[in-house]
Amino acid sequence: MREMTYAEAIRDAMSGEMRRDEGVFLMGEDIGVYGGAFGVTRGMLAEFGPERVRDTPISESAFVGAGTGAAMMGLRPIVELMFSDFMAVCYDQIINQAAKLRFMFGGKVTVPMVIRAASGGGTGAAAQHSQSLEAMFCHVPGLKVVAPSTPRDAKGLLISAIRDDNPVIFLEQKLLYGTKGAVPEGDYAIPLGSADVKREGGDVSVITYGRTVQMALDAAERLAREGVRVEVLDVRSLYPLDRGAIIGTSKKTGRVVVAHEAALFGGFGGEIVSVIADSEAFFHLDAPIKRVGALHCPIPFNPGLEAQVLPSAVRIEAAVREVITGGV
Amino acid sequence: MPRNGDANDGHAALLADRAFCLNLLRHLMLVRKFEERVYQLFGQGKVHGTAHLCVGEEATGIGTTFALKEGDLMFASHRGHGQAIGKGIPVERIMAEILAKDTGVNHGRGGSMHIADIGHGVLGANGIMGASGPLACGAALYVKMKGIKDRAAAFFFGDGSSNLGAIHESMNLAAVWGLPVMFVLTNNGYGMGTPLKAAVNDTDLTKRAVPFGMKSYEVDGNDVLAVYLTATEARGYVVGNGAPALIVENTYRTSGHSKSDGNLYRSKEEIEWWKARNPVIRFTERLFEGGYAQGDIDEADRWAARTVDDAVDYAMGCPDPAIDDFERASYA
Repeated sequence: MREMTYAEAIRDAMSGEMRRDEGVFLMGEDIGVYGGAFGVTRGMLAEFGPERVRDTPISESAFVGAGTGAAMMGLRPIVELMFSDFMAVCYDQIINQAAKLRFMFGGKVTVPMVIRAASGGGTGAAAQHSQSLEAMFCHVPGLKVVAPSTPRDAKGLLISAIRDDNPVIFLEQKLLYGTKGAVPEGDYAIPLGSADVKREGGDVSVITYGRTVQMALDAAERLAREGVRVEVLDVRSLYPLDRGAIIGTSKKTGRVVVAHEAALFGGFGGEIVSVIADSEAFFHLDAPIKRVGALHCPIPFNPGLEAQVLPSAVRIEAAVREVITGGV
Repeated sequence: MPRNGDANDGHAALLADRAFCLNLLRHLMLVRKFEERVYQLFGQGKVHGTAHLCVGEEATGIGTTFALKEGDLMFASHRGHGQAIGKGIPVERIMAEILAKDTGVNHGRGGSMHIADIGHGVLGANGIMGASGPLACGAALYVKMKGIKDRAAAFFFGDGSSNLGAIHESMNLAAVWGLPVMFVLTNNGYGMGTPLKAAVNDTDLTKRAVPFGMKSYEVDGNDVLAVYLTATEARGYVVGNGAPALIVENTYRTSGHSKSDGNLYRSKEEIEWWKARNPVIRFTERLFEGGYAQGDIDEADRWAARTVDDAVDYAMGCPDPAIDDFERASYA
């Protein structure tokens, strides 16, 4: 184990995979000398050189598509999109190309590509640089979608994503880049589709992923002082999704809050709720499920306004109180 | 009117190569008869969905693919049957795909617009205009990073898709990274039904190469020998210099855009003018001038007809595909 930041853990995963497999390489805007907008690739140019740490023109369609083409030929590109919002700039290449080619071509090609993108708000970057767009990508068959919440998970899940033979959208939470945690050294893979209980408890389940995991843990800590035992389940991987873990925690506590940073309406939380509603866990519920997410509003620039739009530990705590008192 | 290529040099030498010319003629005729048969099968309700035929444009697909080498990588356009045939995919497997059979190259999952056969270097026809430009850059990047010599990635698109950002982005990327991509622009004068002059201010599409510092070629796309010679020269440049090139092939689609086409955007006279100058007629005339006999032409015609008949017979007898687990099939 080594203490490192979320950004360092991502770098550690990429560097390890690039040492292990010469087919793995990086592409993106200013990932070389500059080290990436968030510094994630800092130092990698020196170790791997410009062929494998490839600065691109500002042409998201061209370099995401080139990643797909190179992946079809057997290379394993990791494509960095500076902000996940920019996936809208190259939507065709992700949705109509990378996601479709394997099935559409009769199963004869694979597209082993990872698209890493800095996701989420809270940085004052305003409406075009703060979105959480994961639900849009979960809705497209052919893609996998991962959103790690800790340095350890970021490393383990990214290693699995790089080794996966499918296009994987890897959403890095930009406010988590600087957070620290213990990370296993060396070759450490976490299978995609495995949720993780970040805190055990028997009274209420908060099912979440990404940046709201820490908010849920903060809320759980405060509620623990009142004797409320909150279980925090981090699904980590949205597709494939660990349905069993969602059903399991819901049956265990019978009271569920679903939280994410993305806009609530049409958000991935709806899918989590439907997993519960569609299963035997439904019969174990003691209260209606509550959801926490962002308001249906572009993310505002002003810090006070932004904080009102995005979820928080306080709002998750309030939702937990509601499912406790709102029992049947 | 298309601009004529300057490539009469080399024609005489090619015409002297009987085996080459007769093979070229066979394949031109094969594409023509293949497309006519698909059209007929449509009329009989045997083809499901849609198909974009390349009648009149046969010389672009055949002339260009004949200039490619076996290991070359190719991305076809949505109007790509001729390109796929020229690159060597067995005709019966293409017909089976168009007829949605399990033995189709895509196991019936793609259809006319997505013919792909990795074994023959066909990394797929694309239904999204211009989208293969970036993909071709990626295939060429693989060639470059692996240090593979004498291999090009060719990518077909049209005058219509020449206006897409993905095309401009990929031209720039290929140029700045030194990727061996042949940007093959089949200019048939219309983007669906919109004439070129209504879609672009300057109809000289070779200029699209200029801002990217790319070399460009232009050729009479109804002259199969000229297309072959130009594409061969461009391929040599691309692999020799590790740089992309644009090849504008001026032609005309005498068939409709798709089955929905009522030809409201062009006159019968215009279509007839071009039919009389189609690539099969043009090449046949050249062959007669070069001393070939009517029997040579007839033999090629019979071969093409028989090949299409056999392909249809084969495909019609094939089973429909079945998938046990669709969700599993969507992932590797």
